[in-house]
Amino acid sequence: MAIPPPITDIEELKSHPALARLLEWSPAAVKAVKFDRDEMSIVIDRPVIRETCALLRDNPDFPFNYLSDVTCVDWSPSEPRFEVIYHLLSIPKEERVRLKVRLEGASPVIESVTSVWPGANYFEREVFDLFGIRFTGHPYLRRLLMPEDWEGYPLRKDYPVEGYR
Amino acid sequence: MAHLTPTPVLDPAQDKTMILNMGPQHPSTHGVLRVLLEIDGENVVRIMPDIGFLHTGIEKTCEAKFYQQVVPLTDRIDYLCPLTNNLCYVLAVEKLLGLELPPKAQWLRVLMNELTRINSHLVWLGTHALDIGAMTVFLYCFREREDILRMFEMVSGQRMMTSYFRIGGIALEPPLGFFDRVRDFASRFPSKVDEYENLLTGNPIWGMRTKGVARITAEDAIALGASGPTLRGSGVDIDLRRDMPYSGYENFKFKVPLGKEGDVFDRYLCRVQELRESIGIVQQALDGMPEGPIKADAPKVVLPDREKMKTQMEALIYHFKIITEGFAVPAGEVYQAVESPRGEMGYYVVSDGTAKPYRVHMRAACLANLQTLPTMCEGKLIADVVAAIGSIDIVLGEIDR
Repeated sequence: MAIPPPITDIEELKSHPALARLLEWSPAAVKAVKFDRDEMSIVIDRPVIRETCALLRDNPDFPFNYLSDVTCVDWSPSEPRFEVIYHLLSIPKEERVRLKVRLEGASPVIESVTSVWPGANYFEREVFDLFGIRFTGHPYLRRLLMPEDWEGYPLRKDYPVEGYR
Repeated sequence: MAHLTPTPVLDPAQDKTMILNMGPQHPSTHGVLRVLLEIDGENVVRIMPDIGFLHTGIEKTCEAKFYQQVVPLTDRIDYLCPLTNNLCYVLAVEKLLGLELPPKAQWLRVLMNELTRINSHLVWLGTHALDIGAMTVFLYCFREREDILRMFEMVSGQRMMTSYFRIGGIALEPPLGFFDRVRDFASRFPSKVDEYENLLTGNPIWGMRTKGVARITAEDAIALGASGPTLRGSGVDIDLRRDMPYSGYENFKFKVPLGKEGDVFDRYLCRVQELRESIGIVQQALDGMPEGPIKADAPKVVLPDREKMKTQMEALIYHFKIITEGFAVPAGEVYQAVESPRGEMGYYVVSDGTAKPYRVHMRAACLANLQTLPTMCEGKLIADVVAAIGSIDIVLGEIDR
């Protein structure tokens, strides 16, 4: 049952292919790292998320060429409130990495990665729909699952489970 | 890759094209998918799926439940492969807890999971053929599916919403006679697949309706996040069961069927081959089924046996505590992906150290696969839209959650 404690030291983890590439490109882009339960998480600086994704996708030695998922976690009431989470998969190397971007709760905006992976389209629309995070540069940022005229963002923690009615 | 980003604004004022509304109650949309089609004569100019009619807020509901209470909710997501959903969720929580499972539990899970895959592919094959106009296959497929549903009923008491897996093991030992029944099915089933193939694979009408239709290249499929047979039909060699094994899949030998053209016919062939591979895995699981317990040794997480509860004070206390206050899961996050019949199904579970999940997110394979529809259909004939929708095997319960 014993789970080894998470590793959060960049120096210890820099052999990881995704982290190594990012550090080589721009050490300032990496805010924090965590290796926990065999899964690698890298916290990315908000303005460079699109470049980071493009960089990891096009890395010739170790391409993370497949975007599995985009989602979000609301850590309300602590700040930064939102964490947008990208799960990347390297199909040739069979390896995963998780990217995170932390956003302030007041007006959460982040750059869309649809220009890197067109498949991010629905995932980002879903996050917009359920969390109210705006993705700049998204081709069609409309509600995906909820009705167009719905008020509020259901997956935020301050939204009651039973709804308002 | 600009062509992959749909321009979804349909403009009726231009008056050159017609806008056609297909669904949400159209029989060939496999649920409640609404598709807006802009057509110029018989050609599709633009296609825009509209989803959300089945949205039930399962992700939100999960946050209000104990970990073990989420298992029955996962059945309802992809209702054609409930056991795959169960498996993906329990694997994620077990990874958070750091639980090690006994081999018999793992093998039973693999066995049930492959039966589920066959079940799901049979529904797909029957309805897909029905959409294109081959009525007979539907009846044949549902005949075998009935056998599988009866097996599910044997082990779990339910035909569809099985909830058979538990965090840390399996709910019950399979009843007497179950393995004989599966063995009997496994020996009969390959000849049944021959029957389906006799009806379709060499059939010239089937060929004309599927070959070269709704093609997608490997690059486009990867960029759009497609997975499963939709991706492998285009020749991308990835199967999570083989490449990133979970639940003991590394002990099984099977081939991963690949397509070349990325058309409807190749996706059909991939799934039909998978039927044969799955029954092979079932056979291996039956032959090598280990002996031993079906639950992990973790009294704070796994419910005790009924017998122990009636005789041992401690077991009774643990039972009472698990039922009334759940069990705390160490803080952390896990993304667990499994190969569902439709592709990469992923559960992202975040724990804050309490007995309820802080966040559960399901990565729906169908949601990403649905995005390939415009690439497959635009500029092609409207009659092929139905074939394309069938070939990506969508389940709206999973898309909308």
